[in-house]
Amino acid sequence: MTQFLSLLLNGISLGALYALIALGFVIIFKASEVVSFTHGSLLLLGAYSIARLSEPLGFLPAILVGILITALAAFVIERLVINRLRGAPVISLAIVTIGIDIILLTELIRRIGSDILNVPHPWGSGSVRLGDVGISQNRLIATGVAGLLIIAFFLAFKYSSWGVAMRASAEDGETAALMGIRLGRVSALAWIVAGVLAAVAALFLVGAPTPGVSAAAYTVALRAFPAAILGGLDSTGGALVGGLLIGLAESFAAGYQDQLLFLGRGFGDVVPYVVMIAVLLVRPSGLFGTKELTRV
Amino acid sequence: MSEATATRPARGSSRAGTTPAARPRRSWLRPLLAVAVLVVLLLVPFYVEEFWLRTGFAVFGAVVGAIGLNLLVGTTGQLSLAHAFFLAVGAISYVFVSGESGGIGVAQLSGLGLPPIVGMVVGVLLAGLAGLLFSPIAARLRGIYLGVASLSLVFIGQHVLNSWTSVTGGFNGRSAPDFSLFGFTFANRDPLLFIAGVEFREAERLWYLGLALAAAAYWFARNLLRSRPGRALQTLRDSEVAASVMGVNVQRYKGRVFLVSSMYAGLSGVMYALSIGSVAPESFGLEVSIQYLAMIVLGGLGSVGGAALGALFVSALPLVFQRYADAVPFVSGVGEGGLAAGEAARFLYGAAIVLVILFQPAGLAGLGQRFRRRGRDPGGGRPAPTTPPPPSSSTTADPSDPPAQGSTS
Repeated sequence: MTQFLSLLLNGISLGALYALIALGFVIIFKASEVVSFTHGSLLLLGAYSIARLSEPLGFLPAILVGILITALAAFVIERLVINRLRGAPVISLAIVTIGIDIILLTELIRRIGSDILNVPHPWGSGSVRLGDVGISQNRLIATGVAGLLIIAFFLAFKYSSWGVAMRASAEDGETAALMGIRLGRVSALAWIVAGVLAAVAALFLVGAPTPGVSAAAYTVALRAFPAAILGGLDSTGGALVGGLLIGLAESFAAGYQDQLLFLGRGFGDVVPYVVMIAVLLVRPSGLFGTKELTRV
Repeated sequence: MSEATATRPARGSSRAGTTPAARPRRSWLRPLLAVAVLVVLLLVPFYVEEFWLRTGFAVFGAVVGAIGLNLLVGTTGQLSLAHAFFLAVGAISYVFVSGESGGIGVAQLSGLGLPPIVGMVVGVLLAGLAGLLFSPIAARLRGIYLGVASLSLVFIGQHVLNSWTSVTGGFNGRSAPDFSLFGFTFANRDPLLFIAGVEFREAERLWYLGLALAAAAYWFARNLLRSRPGRALQTLRDSEVAASVMGVNVQRYKGRVFLVSSMYAGLSGVMYALSIGSVAPESFGLEVSIQYLAMIVLGGLGSVGGAALGALFVSALPLVFQRYADAVPFVSGVGEGGLAAGEAARFLYGAAIVLVILFQPAGLAGLGQRFRRRGRDPGGGRPAPTTPPPPSSSTTADPSDPPAQGSTS
């Protein structure tokens, strides 16, 4: 039972981070109809910047600058490439982000090499005990921060003028444009927000129990794709649920590895994809995604 | 891509649409060119050193795979990132079926020891089967959902193959048996062979094998595209609704194109195994899928010849960079501070993808067409207009207007 509770808690904390990444993924899709494959390398960029800058700048400024760099990178990508391709087929847009991802990832991996960069979190790698259940301090703080960010995001999405503009343009871009909503600006803002969310997720993903920033962080970020997809690509609430679901599934699969040995070692790493396939079989547009209806 | 969108649906599957107006004028030029290229390719082994022949065989393998992926992504518009998985199935089936049982180190490998040609056929069939098994999922999903779902196939597949050590050799992989056909071995001896004073060793023999397979793959894809199923696939890409109204069974065609495409990938995987000489599940990661995607985007989505050109560019680049590391600026050998060959190549094709989609959506093939058109009509030579097909998001039909035909079902 203790193990179960511990896995549950860890799963939720991991899921909260996945949800952050997936949320960025979803708002980019809502704002600019792009499925952004750059998200993995943006996350790695955030982690790398924070790790590299925390020595010269100190930890807190490094976080801020790291988040700024990631958001800036996302903004530049949107302005230079995505904005020019407004209205292009979804597949071309996806492929162009893959191209950007190749460039960014190659450069980052070249810089990181085979090292594992350490991020000196002031909260260290200690763990807290809540009753019988242990969780690393890093993950606990991550859950809190992610929760706050997600609440802030949903409030902004519902009440701020940006949120309204964003929802309007996702609903019907043309009408929104006629109403005076600047689609380009909405899309740029969405990319910036997604960049910030990815960088924050990166900050915690590379902390304990993960050893530090390495090329493997990219693979971790990729697991947020299933989270976004299984929640439904155009549903922010879905991203939240999807993130938690994936986090829990991964945590349980890794925790009960011994009982799951017939599925092979390291099954936890692929379980997000298995869950995604299972969900998509039943609901092809994800749990909360808008069903694509076709009118003739 | 977008230009094709504008013109093709009107032709649909009618026979009349297959001959463009200007066909008779250059009808002699194309076969002539094709024959010239073929002759050059046939003569290459007599003049060129082994490195280029080996690179050539790798390129032929990539050409086969790229043509297959292009049928799926370029022609039918189904974004798939699962190509690496199908390659892996082909390659590993080959080494399993044709390899001998035995132990390497601690791992106990099993193999069937059948003739290599059987291994090749089984590899292709099993890859096709894998595609067929995935196609029920593929047929249900649309557009980008399929892209991400197919991503999972790579990861799940790699996990399965890595865990299944008795067949795949696990992380260490296992060596691929030499190919042979009716007693003729594609290796350095057995039989020794001299033609016109040139010793035909493994590289020369494999070159011809690769050429034959790539040519067959090319020819098959060209014919497929010009036949009724090919037209149906193109209509499917442009509009699933239009396709089903015209009597194309959307689900079935999606399933079939997955089958064909993964069979191509299987063959390409077998050729990869032959070219490298050993196979490990590790070498079929996501980046392989992305490389193949890069090939077809650079070549021009939907164009068979373009896919071949793209495959040449993407697969030969790292090898050539590696060999001429001294001569190429910024590139250096391992540990010399500059870019490694693989990195330089990745930068280059990453940038190429972005530039192609931004400025020349029809890829290398479109570039060729542009030149040809410039010769004919005075206003020609314009880039294809970038009007996209109407986005498939005529999603939220209002409740009073129920969708007449939902092809999601």
